[in-house]
Amino acid sequence: MARAATNRRMLVVTLIAWTVGIVIFFPILWTALTSFKTEAEAVAAPPTFLAFHWTLENYAEVQQRSDYFLHFWNSVVISVGSTLLGLLVAVPAAWSMAFVPGKRTRDVLMWMLSTKMLPPVGVLIPIYLLFRDFGLLDSRIGLVIVLTLINLPIIVWMLFTYFREIPGEILEASRMDGAGLRDEILFVLLPMAVPGIASTLLLNIILAWNEAFWTLNLSASQSAPLTAFIASYSSPEGLFYAKLSAASTMAVAPILVLGWFSQKQLVRGLTFGAVK
Amino acid sequence: MKRALSLIGAAVAAFLGSSAQAETLSIATVNNGDMIRMQKLSEHFTKAHPDITLNWVTLEENVLRQRVTTDIAAKGGQYDIMTIGTYEVPIWTKQKWLMPLTKLGANYDVEDLLPSIRNGLTTDGTLYAAPFYGESSMVMYRKDLFEKAGLTMPEAPTWAFVSDAARKLTDKKAEVYGICLRGKAGWGENMAFLSAMANSFGASWFDMNWKPQFNTDPWKQTLTTYLGLMKDAGPPGASSNGFNENLALFQSGKCAMWIDATVAASFVSNPAQSKVADKVGYALAPDTGLGKRSNWLWAWSLGIPASSKKGDAAQAFIAWATSKEYLDLVAKEEGWANVPPGTRSSLYANPEYRKAAPFADLTLKSIQAADPQHPTVQPVPYTGVQFVAIPEFQGIGTAVGQAFSAALAGQTTADQALQTAQTLATREMTKAGYIK
Repeated sequence: MARAATNRRMLVVTLIAWTVGIVIFFPILWTALTSFKTEAEAVAAPPTFLAFHWTLENYAEVQQRSDYFLHFWNSVVISVGSTLLGLLVAVPAAWSMAFVPGKRTRDVLMWMLSTKMLPPVGVLIPIYLLFRDFGLLDSRIGLVIVLTLINLPIIVWMLFTYFREIPGEILEASRMDGAGLRDEILFVLLPMAVPGIASTLLLNIILAWNEAFWTLNLSASQSAPLTAFIASYSSPEGLFYAKLSAASTMAVAPILVLGWFSQKQLVRGLTFGAVK
Repeated sequence: MKRALSLIGAAVAAFLGSSAQAETLSIATVNNGDMIRMQKLSEHFTKAHPDITLNWVTLEENVLRQRVTTDIAAKGGQYDIMTIGTYEVPIWTKQKWLMPLTKLGANYDVEDLLPSIRNGLTTDGTLYAAPFYGESSMVMYRKDLFEKAGLTMPEAPTWAFVSDAARKLTDKKAEVYGICLRGKAGWGENMAFLSAMANSFGASWFDMNWKPQFNTDPWKQTLTTYLGLMKDAGPPGASSNGFNENLALFQSGKCAMWIDATVAASFVSNPAQSKVADKVGYALAPDTGLGKRSNWLWAWSLGIPASSKKGDAAQAFIAWATSKEYLDLVAKEEGWANVPPGTRSSLYANPEYRKAAPFADLTLKSIQAADPQHPTVQPVPYTGVQFVAIPEFQGIGTAVGQAFSAALAGQTTADQALQTAQTLATREMTKAGYIK
């Protein structure tokens, strides 16, 4: 009897999970389907789901008009570069906040988080002028720097939360055994925090990949990532939904594949410490 | 040794010389059919100018506007040629942000540019941006539905006729709506339409002292006519409809009338896209007999930032892209129907173009009917038909657009929306120093 009730509960939970999953995934599926339609079919009412004339013309057109690989490579460099640079700064910062907190550590953490609450457009002109004077406009290095700064609070906060779950005694023991600060962080702390670091890394790559304010405003032709590639297919005066869908599918595909392969790691890292 | 040195010197000089000559122009442009075609055909330009290479940055209209405005205001120097609209040109010229176009060449024929478009881009007799394509707005209607209902669309209808016809043609059960109009909030969305409509009712944004006019009768008539018409004869959910949504509705046969940009005529009459391609008729935007029609005027134009160091090469490109020869090139490569419209008188005199584009005459008449220098019935201190050419307008226009869109969605009444518009426009104009 109890087993039947559990089974029923499992079934209901599974059904709800699938429904939520399908609802969340549906826009991406719809974008992918639209990318294989003609422009006329893309806006047809009622819309067609699978029974339409499948075509690759949108992909051909997008390939012909844009240098996809340049945008793709820019996205890879900018998202991976900014995340690695962010980790380099955030690991020592989170270590000190988690293991040797001072009187103002909490305030510093809150202040870091508060910078995320400022609308980015509020600092567009000062950053633009700085970039102009340092010759960083339309450069990948400039975008790596700005995205590092934008995502640093999140990286520090995530690492801080993971590090706090690690007992300080273990680090103390390593110190007793003669480990220096560098060895303590590199050989004791980091191996224990691998799931947390991996999920921080993945999440920040995804955030940087999708960042569309600074990457659009500080790039032109040389450093423009996939966000600019998508923006070049959107138009308020003209129905280019099929082409826009093809460009969007090409832009999200790499990060979707990355998320697919790393989902176990991502979920484990995000729930790290949650059950303790 | 000396000889070797002089040879190296000559080689270096030649290299430097050639690299100094080879110029790369960065061109920022919007994503629409005509611009993409220009990008494709630009190899003809680079063939004729092997010392110039082109870098294209294509962006969505609103993203582009923010991007190029930031760049030109901060003198970022990211672009050598910018695609800008009739709204930006007078403001930017006043700020001295644009380079005067004085080197377009002897064959350019400035006089051939349509006067209403040319005037909007000219300050003190000098052209500061060259029009690439121009548009106005007009009525597109279903000839078959009109015929079935026993109605005849005049070439220059009034709002009374349009309102009456829209109500008669509505068949909500069959999902056919008498009229489709913009409702999505934004200064370039619903406010482009409503500002132009207000002009025909004798309304204006401001009086000669920059005092907002939303508390006047003409505005009340404009908004109540619009809201009543959309309630009785408009499609459901119209408060989120912009150009694209209405285009999709019209093309799928759900609108008996649609008043929007003249550029739409080439889409709705294209059988590859439109189910009603052979049933579309055109008429001038409606009026109320006060001397102003409710059509707007817009031109996407090419300008050069005043700080650009590549002014000569940039002017050479602009002269090519906005020339009569370019129109011939497009006609030869892609057909007359794909020629960018609305910039040159000679195009409208061309019988081949008139044959390929049955809407050519009305497009020209609509463009000629709009006068950005005198847009309203009463005199006003600003220029611009569907916008007010002041920097503050984008913010105010969008906020007023939101108030009107909320009224269309049924969240507020016409009176409340007008009151909100009046209050916020007065506040912003006082803050900006226009109202003393």
